[in-house]
Amino acid sequence: MPYRLDASSLQTLFENLKARGYDLLGPQRKDQAIVYDTLESVEDLPQGWTDEQEAGHYKLKRRDDDAYFGYVVGPRSWKRVFLPPRKRLWTATQKDGQLSLEEEPLPSQPIALIGVRSCEIHAIAIQDRVLLEGPHPDPYYAAMRAQSFIVAVNCTQSAATCFCTSMDTGPGATFGFDLAMTEIMEPEHIFVLEAGSPKGRELLADMDLENATDLQQAHAKAGIEQARQQIKRELPQDGLKDLLYQSFEHTHWDDIASRCLSCANCTMVCPTCFCTEMEDVTDLTGDHAERWQRWDSCFHESFTHVHGGSVRQSTRSRYRQWLTHKLASWLDQFGTTGCVGCGRCITWCPAGIDLTAEVKAFRDSERK
Amino acid sequence: MSDTHKPKLAVWKFASCDGCQLSLLDCEDELLAVAGAVDIAYFPEATRRMDGGPYDLSLVEGSITTPHDAERIQAIRKVSKTLVTIGACATSGGIQALRNFRDVKAFTSLVYAHPAYIDTLAQSTPIAEHVKVDFELRGCPINKAQLVEVISAFLNQRKPLVPHHSVCVECKLKEQVCVMVAHQTPCLGPVTQAGCGALCPGFARGCYGCFGPKESPNTSSIAQQWREMGASEQQILQAFRGINGYSEAFRVESERIEKRLHPSDDPKTP
Repeated sequence: MPYRLDASSLQTLFENLKARGYDLLGPQRKDQAIVYDTLESVEDLPQGWTDEQEAGHYKLKRRDDDAYFGYVVGPRSWKRVFLPPRKRLWTATQKDGQLSLEEEPLPSQPIALIGVRSCEIHAIAIQDRVLLEGPHPDPYYAAMRAQSFIVAVNCTQSAATCFCTSMDTGPGATFGFDLAMTEIMEPEHIFVLEAGSPKGRELLADMDLENATDLQQAHAKAGIEQARQQIKRELPQDGLKDLLYQSFEHTHWDDIASRCLSCANCTMVCPTCFCTEMEDVTDLTGDHAERWQRWDSCFHESFTHVHGGSVRQSTRSRYRQWLTHKLASWLDQFGTTGCVGCGRCITWCPAGIDLTAEVKAFRDSERK
Repeated sequence: MSDTHKPKLAVWKFASCDGCQLSLLDCEDELLAVAGAVDIAYFPEATRRMDGGPYDLSLVEGSITTPHDAERIQAIRKVSKTLVTIGACATSGGIQALRNFRDVKAFTSLVYAHPAYIDTLAQSTPIAEHVKVDFELRGCPINKAQLVEVISAFLNQRKPLVPHHSVCVECKLKEQVCVMVAHQTPCLGPVTQAGCGALCPGFARGCYGCFGPKESPNTSSIAQQWREMGASEQQILQAFRGINGYSEAFRVESERIEKRLHPSDDPKTP
């Protein structure tokens, strides 16, 4: 049974999470974008703001209401929490001829993610598949995932760059959350709340909330439906894998490469891209060494560097690898697509390259 | 360890502003460690002591602009086991390489009362055009952490950790919001090599390309994006013709734009 939480009482949810020992992470306005970072209170939320997105464009705008979660997705994704941009793995010290290795301790601070969108839950599930369910689980990722509490927010509006409906990943959350909220402005500004796990149920029981009325639930459903209706971009999945495999030598890759900057922005903002590089550093004496892990990208020449040089020298081959892996070979490798339709790679590409349009170009040329 | 067993370091200056050598003195916390790890045998900017070669590691700042310097770098190469160039002047010709696009004689006659005294080459060129260079450290100025990393790598006989990817990656690792996408600010970050820590975008400014072209730079595409953001051809030309204007990728793009701007002009007129 869904519950109702008055918008004016949102802070009580935050207090309840804090009382359970969670640090809160959630949306806030920073440098003209909505990004996920440490939250102290509801005051930090981007209340009354929304984001306007198009290929290569992102702009914050005032809303004509006081919605807390009235934006879509920003440049940061939750992967920063589980797979940080940079992290030290171990340090090695040499003293009096003795070498000692010290592993970096695992994180122990539980965190609550506030405002996770359905597409992002799917992205976390994909990263779980890659980083937890393989033969070599990432211990840091596992520790953070085990200590995380997910508060999903169902989308009631979409950006022009969204295409979750093609990927079957939204706009409403269906799994993978402890709590899911739908923010409605009519008939009054409230959150319709639902638990999705024992942890979530326990928390809701402690908050002693009223049930949401049928009318409130109907408004919540209508909000999600509105988001679905607003989605204009599409990435049809039928035959997509074969299409990309068959397009390996297509001339359209050259057209994309003429625009692609190989700057790696798409892979950095992608919530499923998981590739990392190992960096080994020493100090001047050579008695102290560290190994760091940092986000890497298949758009880098060094990514495929082997003895004799880089396998993928051209931007053409790098973009082809990225798109074909994401939408086709990912299925063979992990049993799921690597795309959740969040549209970040479209918005944050400085050249405005839109993967849905590029796939359409391949499809259209095939039909000719 | 006695000084005689430490690798001998020399720091050389050619046409430059001295800023990159100063990065070494600017290392503060690491400076004592550097001084402990190497024997600073020749560094006129820092000390009057001038020991002769050979040197284990030579750091070379500046570009070659005179016949005298063109000879001097050959001599330095001969006495250096490892030669590392530091900074935009040494790696691309520097801001003084703007002369390469014009007639230097026309400049000297305009600027100097007695141009006959000026003995300068027609072009300002990077060190690697004259001698074999073992490693090029980019930047205007260089990043001191990268300099310490290069020295550490040399001392420990390993490859320096100096990525060739874009400034964008640094922005994203630091979780800075993209100034091009979110602010509509023209930025050279997508075609510029990382190393500065994405300093300018961190202050809501576009990248000026101080670290030169990244690997596989698509300068035509970024020029087109600038156009679409409303930048004039002149602005785009000037953006490429900055500190690293003579590095190949930036030079080719600026010449393409110049040709479009002045199809009939003689490029040798200042």
